Amino acid sequence: MADHAATVATVEEDGMIILSPSGDMGTHESPVLRSALRGAIEKRPRRVVVDLAGVGYMATAGLATLVESLRGSRDASVELVLCNLQPRVKAVFDIARLASVFRIATTLDEAKR
Amino acid sequence: MTTTPSSQVALELPSDPRYLCAVRVFVGEVCRRHGYADMQTSQVVLAVDEALANVIKHGYAGRMDGRISVRITPVTDGVKGPGLSFTIDDWGKQVDPSSIRSRDLADIRPGGLGVHIIQQVMDSAAYETPPGQGMRLTMAKYLSSPAVCGAAETERCCGGLQTGIGSCATRKGDGNG
Repeated sequence: MADHAATVATVEEDGMIILSPSGDMGTHESPVLRSALRGAIEKRPRRVVVDLAGVGYMATAGLATLVESLRGSRDASVELVLCNLQPRVKAVFDIARLASVFRIATTLDEAKR
Repeated sequence: MTTTPSSQVALELPSDPRYLCAVRVFVGEVCRRHGYADMQTSQVVLAVDEALANVIKHGYAGRMDGRISVRITPVTDGVKGPGLSFTIDDWGKQVDPSSIRSRDLADIRPGGLGVHIIQQVMDSAAYETPPGQGMRLTMAKYLSSPAVCGAAETERCCGGLQTGIGSCATRKGDGNG
C-alpha cells in the first residue's frame, strides 16, 4: 500500500529553499507542509520552491496551506514557486481556480530558473 | 433512481482527522471495484474527504469523539446508468441546508473550498437535517459522468489523461472558469 504519511524534505541551494513534500496532503497531513513552509519563508531566501512530485493527493486543506504561504511569501518578499504537479493534484488546483494564482513550473529545473 | 441496498458497504469512524486517510483508501477501492476510472475515483475520494473534513470542522467543531457514518450504495439512473451514492451522516450540529454554499472563488483566501469541490466533481449533492441527528449529505456520481477538469483549457489540464488512466471534461456551464 502507498505511504500516505506526509513528510517534507528541505534543501537549500543558491539562495533558494526547495521543499519536497511526499505523501497525502489532506486535513491531517497538511500541518507538516505548513510548518515547513513557514520555516522556509522566515529564512527569507529569494525563492521557495515546492516540488510536489511526491504528492499524489491534495485536499483543500493542502490548497489552503499553499494559499496561506503565498500570502506570507509576498509579505516577506519571497518568491513562491510550485512544480511537478501530478495530474490529479493539478486538477484540484484547476477546479478550485487557483492554478493562475500561483507560479507553477513543469519541472524542478524550470522552477529554479 | 433505483438503489441496490443489499450491495451497500458502510463504515463508521470517529470525527478524528487521523482516520480520513483510511476512508480515502476505502472509498477509492470501492470506486475501482465498480469500474470508475482513476481520475473519477480520485475526485470522488476528494469529495468524500472534503465532506468528512467539513463534518469534523463544522459539525463537531474539531471534537474528535463524534460519530460519522459513511454508506456507499450502488444506484442506477434511468438516463445516466449505474453509479454510486454516498451518504454521510453525523450527529453534530445542525445547520440550515440552504446556508451551505460555496464561497466566492474570486476571494483568494485559505479555506472554504470544500463545498465548491463537492458541487463540482459530484453529479448531485444534497444536505438534509434528519430528526435525531446532525446533518446528512447524500452525493452521487455516475460511471457515465466524466471526471471534472475545471480549467478553461481542458487540454492543458487533462490532455495527458484522455487516454490511459481516465477521462476528463470541463463541467457543463463552467467552461470559462
